[in-house]
Amino acid sequence: MAKVVGDIVIDIERCKGCEVCTTACPQDVIAMASEVNGKGYHYAMKVNGNCIGCSNCAVVCPDAVITVYRAKI
Amino acid sequence: MKELKLMKGNEAVAEAAIRAGADAYFGYPITPQSEVLEYLMAERPYERTGMVVLQAESEVAAINMVYGGAACGKKVITSSSSPGISLKMEGISYIAGAELPCVILNVVRGGPGLGTIQPSQSDYFQATKGGGHGDYRLIVLAPASVQEMADHVKLGFDLAFKYRNPVMILSDGVIGQMMEKVELFEQMPRLSDEEVAANYPWATTGKPAGVPHRIITSLELDSSKQEKHNHHLQEKYRKIQENETMYEAIQTEDAEYLIVAFGSSARISQKAIDMARAKGIKVGMIRPITLFPYPSEIINKLADQVKGILTVEMNAGQMIEDVKLAVNGKVKVEHFGRFGGMIPNPEEVVKALEQKIIGG
Amino acid sequence: MAETFDRPEIRTPENLVYSKTNVLTDNIMHYCPGCGHGTTHRLLAEVIEEMGIQSETIGIAPVGCSVLAYNYFDVDMQEAAHGRAPAVATAVKRLFPNKFVFTYQGDGDLAAIGTAETIHACNRGENMTIIFVNNGIYGMTGGQMAPTTLPGMPTSTSPYGREVATMGNPLKITELIAQLPGTYYVTRQSVHTPANVRKAKKAIRQAMENQKLNRGLSFVEVVSNCNSGWKLSPVKANKWMEDNMFPFYPLGDIKVNGELVK
Repeated sequence: MAKVVGDIVIDIERCKGCEVCTTACPQDVIAMASEVNGKGYHYAMKVNGNCIGCSNCAVVCPDAVITVYRAKI
Repeated sequence: MKELKLMKGNEAVAEAAIRAGADAYFGYPITPQSEVLEYLMAERPYERTGMVVLQAESEVAAINMVYGGAACGKKVITSSSSPGISLKMEGISYIAGAELPCVILNVVRGGPGLGTIQPSQSDYFQATKGGGHGDYRLIVLAPASVQEMADHVKLGFDLAFKYRNPVMILSDGVIGQMMEKVELFEQMPRLSDEEVAANYPWATTGKPAGVPHRIITSLELDSSKQEKHNHHLQEKYRKIQENETMYEAIQTEDAEYLIVAFGSSARISQKAIDMARAKGIKVGMIRPITLFPYPSEIINKLADQVKGILTVEMNAGQMIEDVKLAVNGKVKVEHFGRFGGMIPNPEEVVKALEQKIIGG
Repeated sequence: MAETFDRPEIRTPENLVYSKTNVLTDNIMHYCPGCGHGTTHRLLAEVIEEMGIQSETIGIAPVGCSVLAYNYFDVDMQEAAHGRAPAVATAVKRLFPNKFVFTYQGDGDLAAIGTAETIHACNRGENMTIIFVNNGIYGMTGGQMAPTTLPGMPTSTSPYGREVATMGNPLKITELIAQLPGTYYVTRQSVHTPANVRKAKKAIRQAMENQKLNRGLSFVEVVSNCNSGWKLSPVKANKWMEDNMFPFYPLGDIKVNGELVK
């Protein structure tokens, strides 16, 4: 059976660190970085490889910083 | 086709708007200018030319409809009378700030407050010094006849689009309500949407692919940019002063005394001049046709020739300040006015001339 | 080097399922972190892109937090005086009846200073779309009481909570305008969870599509958060919104196809 895998690309310089994406992710892929971006925000980052490309994080992101890919392998 | 008609001043404005190819009128009833909207509603210009006519819920809404329409590059006109114009002032300031062309008719009635429904010229300051908040100017036209009411609509649109600036026709209850013969100019075509888009690339007509989107706004939070924008506006007003000043000089060649009056006061003063001249008083008149830009230069020049200047106004003394600025202390300048809806008669004007200028 | 969990091998155009719409400009929005304005902007921009109407759309920005909306939507935009967007949009739509016209307004703009313009544009049945973002507070000016502030809710001008006896009741303007014969579609949505975002986007799509029918005004309220004004983190604000705003401003369609939903 084909397995669905996903990947997200976070534009960390545009991220404002609101954390809304972290609660939207069913796979707990996203957490906030301990580092900050150029604006001083703790930005969203991937903390595991469990992304299924569902786009939930991207659709709740107020700043449209997340690009989502999904593939069947 | 040119046409000769007997019309009220307010009706002439309405008919002239249709003939000037206006795209829309937005207004709200108030005495003494309601005939503009009434005429348009009865005339159904949407069937004649496609012009939109809409009775708004308030003067506030009407002027903001003007903003929206003008921002689309369309020829838009509104009308009101003094209390209604006060309500429009916020919107007029936005229109001036965003540099949008439009024509606003003020058929002035006496104030302050609800005042009276009778004629007045007490909105001179409001019209010529801006009126709303911020450093801006309207181009202000002062018709003295029903003919000029019609002609100033066309002239107003021409100037409004030439400078991307709101134009106010500062009329009064006399000119708005009285009936006179008027020669109506020929119907001009309305521009198509394509022509509007081509002629006015600044307008929000729908962003074509590959070009930056257009933004119509009066907001600029960066103070250095806002200052630059203000400099640009001031430069525009300077050009308007340089190029668009209009006045009528009446019997000034041999004048020893000068009357300065606009609109219906100028008509009354014309009769007063005839009466004074019959008595041997050599008096002439400057009738400003544009109140901004003001005909300061000719008044300054005539101040070297005459012994005194009387302004005749249906207010407590407003235009006199501009006359004094123009004269710069060279000769005596006095004011004669009736106000609160009262109209001066020619005898009173002659008496004021004799008492305040000749005898004074 | 720390593990990145990247899968560069699947980042191909055919695998792309979500990216920022081109109908949003690249300007970074000035909204606070987690603010629903950004999400609502994005949904409207996505709808404009999906309908292929970027060159036929004219938007009207309000005064308030979204005053600079014109910097974010890559369509022709006008900035209206406070509360007057429905009047401005009325003229645009009357003069360009075949274009798509929207206003984007907050609660202070739409339901306080602009109530008259809102009611009358709705009642005339102007064939346009109003997007109404309701966060129960004046955000831009620093968190003052809004017409939609809940009873008891503290704001900077109701620091001990909105006292209804002296400060009046919150205005359910969306229910009010649904009563007007000029409105064709009236709905209340939110954008705080993936499911709600997807529903809100459908509603916005419907509201824009309706302009093709010429049957009246479409009105989408988005109940949203104001993290700064409410003094809560974005995630906590969304929870507060569910617990407090939604009982008073229940989500769902109020009027569909010109008929009130029973």
